[in-house]
Amino acid sequence: MKIAVCVKQVPDSWAEKKMVNGLLDREGVDAVLNDLDEYAVEEALRIVEAHGEGHTVTVISMGPERTSEAVRKALSMGADDAIVITDAGLVGADALMTSKVLASVISSGGFDVVLCGTESTDARMSVVPAMLSQRLGWAQLTFAGSVVVDPAASEVTITRVTEDGVDTMKAKFPVVISVIEKINEPRYPSFKGIMAAKKKTMDIRSLATAGVTSESAWSTVTDSSLRPARSAGVKVIDEGKGGEALVSYLAEKKLI
Amino acid sequence: MSTVYIVAQFVGDSVSKTTLELATCGARIGSVTAIVFASPGKGSALASAITQSPISNVVVVESDDFAKHSVPAFSDALSQLVLANKPAAVLITSSAFGKELAGRVAVATDSGIITDAVDVASDLSCTQLVFGGSTTVHSRINHGTPIITIRPNAITADLSPCAPVTTAATFTLSAGAKSAEVISTAPFVKGGRPELAQASVVVSGGRGTDGNFKPVEEFADLLGGAVGASRAATDAGWYPHSLQVGQTGQTVSPDLYVACGISGAIQHRAGMQTSKTIVVINKDAEAPIFELADFGVVGDLFAVLPQATEGVRARKS
Repeated sequence: MKIAVCVKQVPDSWAEKKMVNGLLDREGVDAVLNDLDEYAVEEALRIVEAHGEGHTVTVISMGPERTSEAVRKALSMGADDAIVITDAGLVGADALMTSKVLASVISSGGFDVVLCGTESTDARMSVVPAMLSQRLGWAQLTFAGSVVVDPAASEVTITRVTEDGVDTMKAKFPVVISVIEKINEPRYPSFKGIMAAKKKTMDIRSLATAGVTSESAWSTVTDSSLRPARSAGVKVIDEGKGGEALVSYLAEKKLI
Repeated sequence: MSTVYIVAQFVGDSVSKTTLELATCGARIGSVTAIVFASPGKGSALASAITQSPISNVVVVESDDFAKHSVPAFSDALSQLVLANKPAAVLITSSAFGKELAGRVAVATDSGIITDAVDVASDLSCTQLVFGGSTTVHSRINHGTPIITIRPNAITADLSPCAPVTTAATFTLSAGAKSAEVISTAPFVKGGRPELAQASVVVSGGRGTDGNFKPVEEFADLLGGAVGASRAATDAGWYPHSLQVGQTGQTVSPDLYVACGISGAIQHRAGMQTSKTIVVINKDAEAPIFELADFGVVGDLFAVLPQATEGVRARKS
């Protein structure tokens, strides 16, 4: 069984983010492996560990050159190797382009299972797993709160957790899975893992070697501006009447 | 006049508020056609529930495949309608379902996509609030049929009556959509509270609740609101992850947001700072959440909330 995990490098989620010339400024902030992708890496490692030898986990990522730092973290957690697509033609790429590049690399890689996080903490579109499933024509098993893989039967069962409830879904390989936050507790890379990751293969590809021609983005930002910060309002100290003061405020604003 | 598709959604047999918001927005661009997906035999009842907002036409697509094959089946149906009829745009409510549907349709129809718009102008320029609401962005789609998801509560619905013309359509399920199957479904018991993302009032609890959400829930119920939770509270297992408000979790933009015992880390602020009015109750006067508060009470939520609950109740009676 060959598992691919798609990951993204994002600005540290604790950092303030800003736009420069219609694009997210990725230079001025610390970059990290997208929090939500760590759950996908962890789930892939657990699937492989549960089924013994002969199964592999490949990390796939698209982004600027420094993306390799985030990929290295996934490798130090225990993934076997990585494919990184980086190209000047990808600056400003949107989700449609991202999914096109990832789908091209995945379809030529002989994978059975693709794992993703549900969204990136920078763009927050939450569309790439569904787009990958559509592009590849593979089964969509997304928003998984649990994943059970049966390699002998080439079958995956998940519980899909949505706003409305929990569905149990099943599909044969090949499948695209996205896993929700808290499906597992992602491991910290061990010292041994970090040392081992330095020797693992990272296959750096251009757009051409990834089999995709550069295209103009399907959508573009025309302008952006900082919103005025909220001005702090009234603050009262509760000395026994705090709740009543709150009710008066809500009544005055006609909110009750 | 050009046609705009909206994806109609229902709560039970009633049209969702967000559907009316989509219709109101769509009418700025063209004549609105609501697409109704239904299981066989259920479509006409749902279509006849559409009596408000500027909706000119309803297209009903009935199939067992929606329940059986989930999002990809909806996507096949919508994509085939879009390719056949070339609407000026497709508007869908932002939710996990809505965004997955939009993503698949964008790929299937080779069209651009914008998610989480808070406004769409008549020329299809979209407004988004990004980076946790700190930045306003205007974007345009350059290719194909613009596929746009719109946040709940962003647009004030026009509730004037309508009498749309209803027609039916069919679609063919693709092999890709057929490949995954829903084996069983267990809907959440909602206990009568509104959907978190759509609620006009949200009362959230954090670490300061110490696991006791009772005063938070009582206040929410009294105001007809939804209950949310910070990541600290869901990490501790006090409240379901599906109700987490924040950068990871749901983004809400209600008329009133009440944050109780929540310190206000960026993680949380990113999910709620576009709320229209923000009220904060926190013991720590230095908690960063006070920077966002229109009205803040420095105090113990276990004293302040019950008193406020009593106060609201007294005013209502």
